[in-house]
Amino acid sequence: MKKKLVSVMLCAAMAMTLLAGCGGSPSDSDSAAGGDANAPSQGEDSTSGGDKEQADASADDADQNGSDQATGTGGKSCAILVKSAGNPYNKKMIEGFQEIMDAEGVTCVVKEPEEASAEAQIKMINELVAQGISSIAIAGNDPDALQPALEEAMNQGIKVCCMDSSVNADSRQLFVNQAGIEIIGETLMEAVYDITGGEGQWAILSATSQATNQNAWIDAMKTVMEDEKYSKLELVEVAYGDDEYQKSVDQTQALLANYPDLKVICAPTTVGIMAAAKVLKDEQTDVKLTGLGLPSEMADYIGTDDAHSCPYMYLWNPIDIGRLTAYVSLALVDGSITGAEGENFTAGDLGDYTIEAAADGGTEVVLGPPFAFTPDNIEEWKNVY
Amino acid sequence: MKKKFSLKGITSSRETSLVIVVILLCILVQLRNSAFLTPGMMENLFKNYAVTMIMALGMMCVLLIGGIDIAVGSTLGFSGMCASLFLRDHPGMPVIAIFLISIVIGTVCGTLIGLVISYGKVPPIIATLGGMYVFRGLAYLVAKNEWVAAYQFTDGYKDFAQSKYLGFGLLNNLIVLTIVIYVLFFIFFKWTTVGRKIYAVGSNAEAAEVSGIKIKQVKIMCYAILGFLTGLCGAIYTSLYASAQGDMGTGLEMDVIAACVVGGVSLNGGRGSVVGVFLGALTMAIVGRALPLIGVSQFWQTAIKGLIIIAAVILNVLTQRVMDKNNLKGREM
Repeated sequence: MKKKLVSVMLCAAMAMTLLAGCGGSPSDSDSAAGGDANAPSQGEDSTSGGDKEQADASADDADQNGSDQATGTGGKSCAILVKSAGNPYNKKMIEGFQEIMDAEGVTCVVKEPEEASAEAQIKMINELVAQGISSIAIAGNDPDALQPALEEAMNQGIKVCCMDSSVNADSRQLFVNQAGIEIIGETLMEAVYDITGGEGQWAILSATSQATNQNAWIDAMKTVMEDEKYSKLELVEVAYGDDEYQKSVDQTQALLANYPDLKVICAPTTVGIMAAAKVLKDEQTDVKLTGLGLPSEMADYIGTDDAHSCPYMYLWNPIDIGRLTAYVSLALVDGSITGAEGENFTAGDLGDYTIEAAADGGTEVVLGPPFAFTPDNIEEWKNVY
Repeated sequence: MKKKFSLKGITSSRETSLVIVVILLCILVQLRNSAFLTPGMMENLFKNYAVTMIMALGMMCVLLIGGIDIAVGSTLGFSGMCASLFLRDHPGMPVIAIFLISIVIGTVCGTLIGLVISYGKVPPIIATLGGMYVFRGLAYLVAKNEWVAAYQFTDGYKDFAQSKYLGFGLLNNLIVLTIVIYVLFFIFFKWTTVGRKIYAVGSNAEAAEVSGIKIKQVKIMCYAILGFLTGLCGAIYTSLYASAQGDMGTGLEMDVIAACVVGGVSLNGGRGSVVGVFLGALTMAIVGRALPLIGVSQFWQTAIKGLIIIAAVILNVLTQRVMDKNNLKGREM
């Protein structure tokens, strides 16, 4: 009897959760629609047609709404597929993408894999293809593993572009590059040169040893370093913190212990720079820090006095990446560009862009040089992302 | 009289093999990098691995009753994230309150898992596998996909992991906390009835039940203890790193289980000691800490970590076997 009762209750609980799950999305879209009616001035949320269903930022809702839209009305729908959920950087990229899609009245489908793996992304690409989406913008977790899935998508007439982290040239039509690899290499090298005063030991704290973008930037820095100007700088080690906080802390402390004369650590990764900043602050060393980091995470550590380890650092604006990616997706879908070298298009307020040849044999558009976060502007930016 | 003597011999020799491993590791690392055995480096080691060390004790409780918990990484992420969000929204809260919030959430998570396992009759690995996903998902949900950044933490909270007021200015707070918890658990397992009941359930559940021990309650308690310590570690983790991310603690469960296994805790239950767990966790900490110091390539470091774990366990199993043999000999005579 008892067992029966328990199983009945379990079933009831499961049914309830299902109902609750379904109940959630209509109410969300209701509120979004209500927002449209009441506050048309809210540029981000408003669409041209009231009949367009608003896709919510949450992956599940977007998923459901997107599939309804794609199969139901046959209208345009553009998807963004980021590296993983739970990362504010990705969230900001999605925000920018969604803003433009909403403004253009195009259904926006957001996909965030639970884990940052190529397998999870392949599954989601296949889902999107089955839904009959118009375009996919993807930040690849692996440059090559996604090729079969993305080629299949392109064969079905779906436009494919990538942003943030590139997939190989055969898997895409266009890459939205956050900043040219050379520009980043030069900017970071210049920062190291400036902070060290032109001579001394410095080290790099990277993400994983396999990370596509980090390795490209480090190589670019090494190329820049061959110049006579940097001959007095000595790169002592490239350490890998695997983008794990604890491991990055261990690696930073090991750098400090191994190289007592170290002057600067350059961390071209958001987790690494954060962990290194914390270590440098706690150890109260003279070692300085620069690299690529999120302003909100680094706000506490940016400053020119001795108490702050990071005089300045760089990053691009993920919201702008999302926006540019949105314009690229739209241009690909309406056929005004095909992703060939030399084509021009206008990306709203971002300005005009020309498609260039990328180093890997494909094509790309470059957003612009990385943005410097200094003690003067960090207060303003830490609330943005 | 004789029996007592041999028991003492067992405990000492089991842990001796681990002490040898630890000393060997230290010497090897020290030879390659003289910066290793310095007070600063040791303080960092214990500070950074306080989380692994404390959670290994909780994991030992669960392993002792023949269970396992692979949800601890997610529980840490969830409890730490909740506490950090609360601190972000209520900066006036005292540090102790934030710690209590994290501890309560951790304990609730642990108790829930314990209930599912003992009353739902779900195998521990399945129940905690589910818990792993549920709590990780919840961590993302409550945080709305955002991180809590260093500037959103109060100074008091960030300073907790760096200052020494609990240790009267001599030892870092986290190290004091670790020592206190280890001493408490040593007493708990050695001299309290409840502590001995855990061993009884792990060695022979049926016999324990016949002798009047309420197995289900003991099981739930063990998972609750682990949840309690994990919650505490959630707060420690965020305080130490001054940052809370939805994916923090991912993969930590493996380090914690490895620490227990290296420390001689049997995955079949009933076997393991607080001292062993301490040495096991210390081995893991030294391995994690020292590998970047000895100048081997990054690619080798992970492999070496695995090799050291396997070597330590083999050594442990061999000593165990020799001891069992000697024990049986004693019985025959």
